[in-house]
Amino acid sequence: MSPTDGAAHSGAHGATSQARPVLSVRNLAKAFGSNVVLRDIDLDVRRGNVVALIGPSGSGKTTVLRSLNGLETPDAGTVTFAGPGTSAGPGTDLALDFSARVSKKEISDLRDRSAMVFQHYNLFPHMTVLQNVIEGPVQVQKRKRAEAVAEAEKLLARVGLADKRDAYPFELSGGQQQRVGIVRALALKPQLLLFDEPTSALDPELVGDVLAVIQELADEGWTMVIVTHELAFARQVADEVIFMDGGLVVERGPAAEVLRAPRQERTRQFVRRLLHEF
Amino acid sequence: MPLNWDLIWSSFGPIVTGAITGTIPLTLASFVIGLALALLVALMRLSRNAVVSGVARFYVSVIRGTPLLVQLFVIFYGLPSLGVKLDPWPSAIIAFSLNVGGYAAEVIRAAILSVPKGQWEAGHTIGMSRGQSLRRIILPQAARVSVPPLSNTFISLVKDTSLASLILVTELFRNAQQIAAFSQEFMALYLEAALVYWVICLALSSGQSVLERRLDRYVAH
Repeated sequence: MSPTDGAAHSGAHGATSQARPVLSVRNLAKAFGSNVVLRDIDLDVRRGNVVALIGPSGSGKTTVLRSLNGLETPDAGTVTFAGPGTSAGPGTDLALDFSARVSKKEISDLRDRSAMVFQHYNLFPHMTVLQNVIEGPVQVQKRKRAEAVAEAEKLLARVGLADKRDAYPFELSGGQQQRVGIVRALALKPQLLLFDEPTSALDPELVGDVLAVIQELADEGWTMVIVTHELAFARQVADEVIFMDGGLVVERGPAAEVLRAPRQERTRQFVRRLLHEF
Repeated sequence: MPLNWDLIWSSFGPIVTGAITGTIPLTLASFVIGLALALLVALMRLSRNAVVSGVARFYVSVIRGTPLLVQLFVIFYGLPSLGVKLDPWPSAIIAFSLNVGGYAAEVIRAAILSVPKGQWEAGHTIGMSRGQSLRRIILPQAARVSVPPLSNTFISLVKDTSLASLILVTELFRNAQQIAAFSQEFMALYLEAALVYWVICLALSSGQSVLERRLDRYVAH
């Protein structure tokens, strides 16, 4: 369960020596009619780093995340992934400029770079756990079935679901389903893992299992962007925390700084309110 | 009124033969072609292209807004005046397929729309194109939802094929009619025909239950 390139990286939190970020986003903007949801969003994610996006609902954090996976199309801005992608193709950067028309091919290349873990899991209900996990590798990436199955079994074992291989999603608890969702994303061997409020739909007692898996992935050096309301978890797992409100980045910095000693009044209010809930 | 049992027994042969060589193949051929057409029309209606979805909408409107018997007559008795002469069988298959296509298109469209948007997104995030997501993720789930209403269409079709007797297709009802006219035993022969239709539909209903149970295996009960 280690990141694709196999290069040794510590997964240590904090800046790595990599000069160029894996992902660079510049001036991302989007509006639905007159409702502006994103304004000039910049984002850099370095290899092996974890970035947490926090903020009230409607702040645009989920739209940023979905834009990275081509599930939303921004009106303007650029998204650049450095280096070779997951599957075949030239080992070069992928740069999309949303100010111009973006082709289907470009969106497909963009999706190649990352994999999304959804708030509501979105497992395929008509497929078993194993089928869910190997669907992408076999059908899309055209890898050998036997090889994909072996890898899927290894990944399922790592998240404690080896015995659920042939179960259908409805037979699993929410926490188990979300762990399958994570394994389905990992099986694609993406450059970047995206999490959209991965624990928001879970019963409180199941949140811990899922967070433990994500923490483990961070320790192994996976590069991740996580939208979350779990501030304690963000502080623990993230290298950088970005606080968004009203489609803007209000504050960004090392997790400890932003969450413990926010500079902006708006951030302070948000953090105080959320921490008091617990 | 004493029933003419000899006639009833001896007429079963031709009536059941009519079912096997007429009603059933006509139903199967029309349903298969009609379903393929319906899938195409449903996808056209879901298209973002206004012309494409408009064409599909028009087709569904015409099929649903005109009697099946009239459609059948237009094809068999009407088209020859335009120089298109079709035999009874091809006429019947075309008319019934077009009819099933119109009704089933709406069923399939609704079934596709009933699959949550998150399923499309999950397909996209593992790298699937729209077509791939449709084929591997959406349609299998839509199929489960559409089995009950499509079974209705199928069972209606079995009975509707009796209209083909009016364009000279030799099938169950036409055979019953001919024996009735010849023997003047209308009640007995038409009840016999009704019974055979009913038996065919009972078999289809039980087929529907088996299929529903199979497709329900991945749903919580």
